[in-house]
Amino acid sequence: MFYREAGQFKTSYAADQQVFPILQDRIGVAVILGVAIFVVPFVANDFFLSAIAIPFLILALATIGLNVLTGYAGQLSLGTGGFMGVGAYACYKLTTIFPDVPIVVHVLLSGFAAAGIGMIFGLPSLRIKGLYLAVTTLAAQFFLEWCFIRIPWLYNYNASGAIEVPGRDLFGTMVTGASAGSVPRYFTVLAIVILLTVLVKNLLRGRIGRQWMMIRDMDIAAELMGVRPLYAKLSAFAVSSYLCGVAGAMFVFFYLGAAEPSAFSITLSFQVLFMAILGGLGSLVGCFFGAAFIWALPIILRAGPPLIGIPIAAETAFHITSMIVGALIVAFLILEPHGLARLWQIGKEKLRVWPFPYA
Amino acid sequence: MLYQIFVDPFVQMADMPDFLLQVIWEGFVAGVLYALIALGFVLIFKASGVFNFAQGIMVVFAGLTLVGLHEAGVPAYLALVLAIGVMAVLAIAVERFVMRPLVNQPDIILLMSTIGMTYFLIGLGEFVFGGEPKKMITEELGLPTGSTEIEIGERGLVILQHIDIAAAVIAIIMVAALALFFNKTRIGRALRAVADDHQAAQSVGISLNQIWAIVWFAAGIVALATGIMWGARSDVSFALEIVALKALPVLILGGFTSVPGAIVGGLIIGIGEKIGEIYWGPLVGGGIESWLAYMIALVFLLFRPQGLFGERIIERV
Repeated sequence: MFYREAGQFKTSYAADQQVFPILQDRIGVAVILGVAIFVVPFVANDFFLSAIAIPFLILALATIGLNVLTGYAGQLSLGTGGFMGVGAYACYKLTTIFPDVPIVVHVLLSGFAAAGIGMIFGLPSLRIKGLYLAVTTLAAQFFLEWCFIRIPWLYNYNASGAIEVPGRDLFGTMVTGASAGSVPRYFTVLAIVILLTVLVKNLLRGRIGRQWMMIRDMDIAAELMGVRPLYAKLSAFAVSSYLCGVAGAMFVFFYLGAAEPSAFSITLSFQVLFMAILGGLGSLVGCFFGAAFIWALPIILRAGPPLIGIPIAAETAFHITSMIVGALIVAFLILEPHGLARLWQIGKEKLRVWPFPYA
Repeated sequence: MLYQIFVDPFVQMADMPDFLLQVIWEGFVAGVLYALIALGFVLIFKASGVFNFAQGIMVVFAGLTLVGLHEAGVPAYLALVLAIGVMAVLAIAVERFVMRPLVNQPDIILLMSTIGMTYFLIGLGEFVFGGEPKKMITEELGLPTGSTEIEIGERGLVILQHIDIAAAVIAIIMVAALALFFNKTRIGRALRAVADDHQAAQSVGISLNQIWAIVWFAAGIVALATGIMWGARSDVSFALEIVALKALPVLILGGFTSVPGAIVGGLIIGIGEKIGEIYWGPLVGGGIESWLAYMIALVFLLFRPQGLFGERIIERV
């Protein structure tokens, strides 16, 4: 009743092909965007913005990147952390070499460095697939991590070996560095994430996205039908790594402020992978659900018990979080392999037939 | 530069043969331990087609259980028996709560469920035993300590740690036992039948659930042995888990389904990465051990995607 497309007629091809063909969806997305832009930054406090909202958006973008590769093109990757690192270090080098160019341009450009590296490590996917490929992406992960430690040029030969984000402004407002407020950073991140999400959504609807899905569902059949695996797989690696690279650059520039190579370890890869699985492989909205869930869960577990009067040591909370996340992943895989996105879809279907469950 | 890459390392090797032998021995021992972890993977992959990412953490968990029990005042050998018991409980739990509900799911889902298990076991292990490294109870278990020096030529010396020799011997015994188990026993034959075809095996009356529990238990025992050996060389800590990821390139080299492949692959990776690190590592700043194994596997894959002893993957549309 609440979510019914009856009576919504399309009278042109353009109307039939729009991103959200159902009125309720358009209203829903507009409301969400409105809240994100006009309500959240002015209502939320500093902690919520910089410790929850900003990393959530950034990790959601990284999850979209991984989802393009794993969920849509069917190539399992464990190297997400490495590719995010490439983006971060590329952005760091770019902003050192060209300090006057706006930082957002650097962030968007640094993704291309990650895309290039990603394509190189995607080359084996033409010969091998599945679990074997996952191991070769681990090669990328460990090799890149080593590079961040051993190539001093990447971190400007400084003594600490870490990259420190310099202060940069955008239209006269500081958006990076120590003096940047959380609101400008939030807006910058939000703008980039919205832009790239819309781009990816359209990419997935188009020819390239359909080719990825054909490769995922059955690569040999796809090849017989005229999909060139070389282009399809490498483009998936390129787009995926681009998104991860941008996310990595934002992760350091708008969230962490400074990063050591260990920030991009395999732990980050797994974290993003969990977000993709729990959210739902092959679903864009799932990426946001998954990122929110995995990012918020530890915070809730740390803050929750003391609020209701159960004192719990930080370390214990950390261990329990790890256990709960692990158990949740197994439980999700068993109960709902398509993740939170599928639950969302079921909810919409229920709303469509409400109040007649048999309709 | 070319001289440094292509000539100099070999000159060094020829110059100090005793050092080369020492390096090869170190690589051999590391390779045996990689092979033991890989063996756990292979066992489970052979019998259920599950790529068990949790094997590394099972090694840590088994080692920690053993040491933790001993610290709590249990005698060493009783702790060993109890640790075996814990691995059996773990095997049954995994079969009941993870494998059984996930029958017939695609590979990637099964892989991810083992990654989930990894996180669960890390949390559980740290929660129960604490996160700090522990010393392995080598002497209490009656394992040899100390070392032997063997003279090579006139001036050279190779030092062999006794525990390393013990590790190699135990690995050999374990592989032989597994080979016998797979080929000569009733359960072993059932295992291979399940590996070939779940449905066909079930239709001749082999219980899948039972077989999986047995396989996970066998992998748990292998993990315990690996944990003891590795713990004796360094400490038992969660850092081992990253080291255990080294077993993946070993598997790639050897093939996912081959027990001899796991051994040969382990030795190639172990020796290859030590030699690479010692002789070529300094050229690029050292520390290449962390990725050399993966690179070897990557290059190897381009020529032989199914591994040394793996079964050729044939796909039909």
